[in-house]
Amino acid sequence: MKKVFIPLIMVALLALIPYVAVTYANMSYLFGVIIPYAAAFIFVAGFLWRLFDWLRRPVPFPIVTTCGQEKSLDWVKQNHLESPSTRFGAAVRVLSEVLFFRSLFRNTKAELHTGPELVYASSKWLWMGGLAFHWSLLIIGLRHARFFFLEPPAFIAALEHADSFLELTLPAFFMTDAIVLAALTFLVARRIRDAKLRIISLQTDFFPLFLIGGIVLAGMGMRYLEKVDILSIKALMMGLVSFSFEAPGEIGALFFVHLFLVSMLAIYFPFSKLMHAGAIFLSPTRNLANNSREKLHRNPWNKPGKFRTYAEYEDEFREKMKKAGLPVEKD
Amino acid sequence: MSKYAPRKAQLAREFLEKPTPLKGARADREWWEMPVDFHDGNWCFPGKPETLKEIGFPNPRKWAATDEDWQLPDGWQKIIHDGLKERLKKFRSLKLYLDACVRCGACADKCHFFLGTGDPKNMPVIRAELLRSVYRNDFPMVEKILKGFSGSRKLTAEVIKEWHSYFYQCTECRRCSVFCPLGIDTAEITMVARELLNLIGVNNNWILAPVANCNRTGNHLGIEPHTFVQNIMSLVDDIEELTGITVNPTFNRKGAEILFITPSGDVFGDPGVYTMMGYLLLFHHIGLDYTISTYASEGGNFGLFTTNEMMKKLNAKMYHEAERLKVKWILGGECGHMWRVVHQYMATMNGPADFLEEPVSPITGTKFTNAASTKMVHIAEFTADLIKHGKLKLDPSRNNHLRTTFHDSCNVSRGMGMLEEPRFVLNSVCSSFNEMPENTIREKTFCCGSGSGINAEEFMEMRMRGGFPRANAVRTVKKQHQVNALVTICAIDRATLPPLMRYWNPGVAVYGLHELVGNALVMEGETPRTEDLRENPMAVAEEGEDDDA
Repeated sequence: MKKVFIPLIMVALLALIPYVAVTYANMSYLFGVIIPYAAAFIFVAGFLWRLFDWLRRPVPFPIVTTCGQEKSLDWVKQNHLESPSTRFGAAVRVLSEVLFFRSLFRNTKAELHTGPELVYASSKWLWMGGLAFHWSLLIIGLRHARFFFLEPPAFIAALEHADSFLELTLPAFFMTDAIVLAALTFLVARRIRDAKLRIISLQTDFFPLFLIGGIVLAGMGMRYLEKVDILSIKALMMGLVSFSFEAPGEIGALFFVHLFLVSMLAIYFPFSKLMHAGAIFLSPTRNLANNSREKLHRNPWNKPGKFRTYAEYEDEFREKMKKAGLPVEKD
Repeated sequence: MSKYAPRKAQLAREFLEKPTPLKGARADREWWEMPVDFHDGNWCFPGKPETLKEIGFPNPRKWAATDEDWQLPDGWQKIIHDGLKERLKKFRSLKLYLDACVRCGACADKCHFFLGTGDPKNMPVIRAELLRSVYRNDFPMVEKILKGFSGSRKLTAEVIKEWHSYFYQCTECRRCSVFCPLGIDTAEITMVARELLNLIGVNNNWILAPVANCNRTGNHLGIEPHTFVQNIMSLVDDIEELTGITVNPTFNRKGAEILFITPSGDVFGDPGVYTMMGYLLLFHHIGLDYTISTYASEGGNFGLFTTNEMMKKLNAKMYHEAERLKVKWILGGECGHMWRVVHQYMATMNGPADFLEEPVSPITGTKFTNAASTKMVHIAEFTADLIKHGKLKLDPSRNNHLRTTFHDSCNVSRGMGMLEEPRFVLNSVCSSFNEMPENTIREKTFCCGSGSGINAEEFMEMRMRGGFPRANAVRTVKKQHQVNALVTICAIDRATLPPLMRYWNPGVAVYGLHELVGNALVMEGETPRTEDLRENPMAVAEEGEDDDA
């Protein structure tokens, strides 16, 4: 399982670099200021470039994948979500994918039984795991806003409160921390255990999972185990968002591991499959309205082409056509 | 059965005994280390040199997939490389779908070819990886450096063989794209891969011969105008014998209100001809002012399976002929890929058709606003509207000898979204309609296994494998409801499903929707009907009836 171990070792090495550099070489300025700035720049510029690079290419044909009844006769009930006929409907469809993973919800598992007989069972695990993973990451990301504001916005505080309502530990345990770890474990395990997933997975599929796992573990370590100086962190982060280049104060090395892995994720993001975050909005099978017979869709590179005209056809078959009693243009 | 397919028992045993990822068996190596295999039954004959010359396609030569040397042209790597580059500029879908896949595996067990072979390279995600791995080697900057990491590989002659094998084990049916959380459509990838292969003369005769025919004579079968007319007139005679009614189709008639275009399979193929008889009876019944063209005598478009330019070129005849004949609008017959082209490509490629009018049913006055721009209406929409308005005199009991189920054609369901109209028509013309299991119909329908130009006799083993999920679903309703009639609205289905049913489900015959309409129509002045359009007795159903010969 080379493709599992190599990315795992890569992430371990990445985690080790800042730990050693900060602990033994006092390179906290590099890892606390320079690399985060560079990473943020690469992330933003790279993300925008990738979006631009997709958007500059035309969508020549309206290739909607219709997953429900089209708009047709008045009395036939249209499926507005799965076969939208307006741009608004298409936007709702895309949002249903982005927010709720609509298409994954359809997922089934096919099994070959004796007979031979194919049986399809509903399979919502991937949908649940994926949804738990992405939503937890979003909430965790939003929770981090408290490091960037002197006084975090009210909804962030509310979110934090809701996330920690179980109050299992001190400081209060965040449910999303557990959920994201469970989801990550599931997402890695299925790639190793399921024979189908095992053969389709590449190193580049394991790497971001391990990387995010490393980030989460380092973050949790700081909160629950190896306490770091929160006030210095907050000072550093608020400095970073106000474009200050001040050196970080005394913070535990674990923080730099966390921050460095986040930086690596940010750098890796625009050049990898993680760009599916942007692509999902642009997918032409989902974001177009199924109204291609009603409204003309234009293709910017469409040119009038040569084809065999009726005149050429009649020239070849005129005598045969006349014999068969078919009307002709020229005698 | 065909010499190109193993016996059913043999295939069934293999399904149960062979360890595959479908059954949870782990592969012993990575997919790119698995060799390509060509044997009788799993490859289509290549295009004949004279066919290629006729349509101006490159590298005409005699070759076979089983040859060691495929005689690729000089500099073929550059041709593929440049061809891919050009298409990446033209199609956002291609670039996006090559870049964005996360290999979540939701598509893995959705492809009928994977379900029928267990071959990992038939998982849609790997099918796309076949091209993606080469793309990653040459294009995006960072992945280029991290070769092993991102799963990229060099373009070799072996890769071309693999592409030829697996991009012709994809029917562009888009079932995978229904389940993909990003909407990645393997058909977009397959279409481009086939275009690229055509650039270096790696091709399929079952596609290119109809393309050449269609270009010259107007239809896939290469039927010349006089023969085309003769054949329809022989159907007119058959109708007269069966019903006592003389229908009067006209050909190439200027000033008709409607131009009717249907796949040529309906004019020449069995059982398509019975569907054609259904259309003719229907049009007579309502007194439609229509004409049929011998020039635009093909609804289907094998250009769709070849190149973009070829699709456009063949499709151009429809509007060209409609303009010449000065009709008001076009009515299209039952066909799958024809409707993918008409619904999603035609107006964009060859429109706008400003010389036509917004379609209005001359019988009911219904405006087909959903076809306001393309000006082409599907016959199932047209007939459903007629029935809803009570314009047809129907006796559904005339189809009592048939216990039906309905096969949604991939293109019509997933490339158009027409699901209810054919069901409404079917329910109005027969008394026994039974749906197949939920995960095998509507947008989740299984392909016939032979669409997109792989309906060749020499490809029979793969066709029986690819069609297995569809056949299996039919088997379920055959057992539960004694279904003996598989109804479709696709001419390719009418050609491909009969052998599939003979192989997996003997006793189930394949029907067009309008054949059943033709059976049920009570014509004014008809002689008492005792036989259906196939000359089978209409009265009581016979057990295990098998009439698809």
